Amino acid sequence: MEYLIDIVLLGLLMITGFAIVRMRSLLAVAMLTSIYSLLSASLFVVLDAVDVALTEAAIGAGISTILLLAAVALTTDEEQAPRHTPLLPLIVVITTGAALIYGTVDMPHYGDPASPVHRHVAATYLHDTPGEIGVPNVVTSVLASYRGYDTLGEVTVIFTAGAGVLALLGYRTRRRNSRGPGNRKLVVLRVIAKLFFPLILLFALYIQFHGDYGPGGGFQAGVIFATGFILYALAFGLGNAQRVIPHRMLHIMMAVGVLIYASVGIESMLLGGKFLEYRVLAEDPVTGQHLGIMLIELGVGITVAAVMLIIYYGFVSQQRSGDM
Amino acid sequence: MSELLGHYNYWIVIVLMMTGFYTVIARPNLIKKIIGLFIFQTSVFILFISMAKIEGGTAPIIEAGISVYSNPLPHVLILTAIVVSLATTALGLALVVRIRQAYGTIDEDDIQVQDEED
Repeated sequence: MEYLIDIVLLGLLMITGFAIVRMRSLLAVAMLTSIYSLLSASLFVVLDAVDVALTEAAIGAGISTILLLAAVALTTDEEQAPRHTPLLPLIVVITTGAALIYGTVDMPHYGDPASPVHRHVAATYLHDTPGEIGVPNVVTSVLASYRGYDTLGEVTVIFTAGAGVLALLGYRTRRRNSRGPGNRKLVVLRVIAKLFFPLILLFALYIQFHGDYGPGGGFQAGVIFATGFILYALAFGLGNAQRVIPHRMLHIMMAVGVLIYASVGIESMLLGGKFLEYRVLAEDPVTGQHLGIMLIELGVGITVAAVMLIIYYGFVSQQRSGDM
Repeated sequence: MSELLGHYNYWIVIVLMMTGFYTVIARPNLIKKIIGLFIFQTSVFILFISMAKIEGGTAPIIEAGISVYSNPLPHVLILTAIVVSLATTALGLALVVRIRQAYGTIDEDDIQVQDEED
């Protein structure tokens, strides 16, 4: 049964991929990209990667689509017909593909428990996590504790991307939107947005603090948190959203998240441990791990949420006519 | 059955990867190119997650009575990679928006023509 779902989902992914290449209307392509992400998120659930599925659903199907739509709205919807024959790219692609498929012949079979991937450190992580870290979700323990150093790097990359978008697009603060007569058609959206806004934020907090026990953590929670505000901005206009959460505050939050993460590392050094060695943070090593993981996940969540909103504000404030 | 399907995931991954690659090199529209990159990235994610799967295993959340878990390490790598992929996509789209403001077009060929005129 699992195989069957896997085969069907991968087939659908392939069809969507081909449709994306063939379609000329970029608006339609943006929607197809969202479907493509949702399909891959479903596939990740089948493949046991629940944390990854949650991330892909929130980011790929959610925020990416919004950004693509914003970019299409700021540029053009229609893709011009290519002027060159696609012969040379096709030859290159088919040759590369054939070489790669030849490469898979040596790979271990899908689902094979004896394949080299599973023989390396993963078994140690699975075995040691309950005793050493004390959280049931091994993905969180590897992400936040065993490989905390990598994750610090990732958060810094996200911070840099936020700073890059800020440098490229800048930002303009909007004045509070007046409710013109044209906005009456948004009534349904506004009522729904008002109902959903607190629920989305609550769900984000749940994902943030429940990440030790179930799928979730700072990355997903940050994105979901930002989605709540994006929904608010979509329904009530950017000006009103910026009154709720001003641009300047986001600049500070973006840096504060990374600083929280790094200062946990420095704190553990000051207490006599190594960088990001959480077990020195409390008397009991396992409590120390819990504390460390909670703090750095908080840092991750704050930075991710702030960067997502900065990117969104950056794109939408480019729009001249206003309400997007 | 499993002999035939043992590499099915990897083959589809390669097809998707090449679809993305083709979009990047054959389509002149810059937004389309970024979407091509996005497809390429997602195919890499699927490759990693497929390798992490163990037959009969379950999600790597420790629970009494379960002994086989899928490999958590690729999950961690891909989880962060997804967030980074969004960051790079956003940066790319921001560049496209700026190019549109500077050139009035997002078609690679038109940009080339304008550059040669200068």
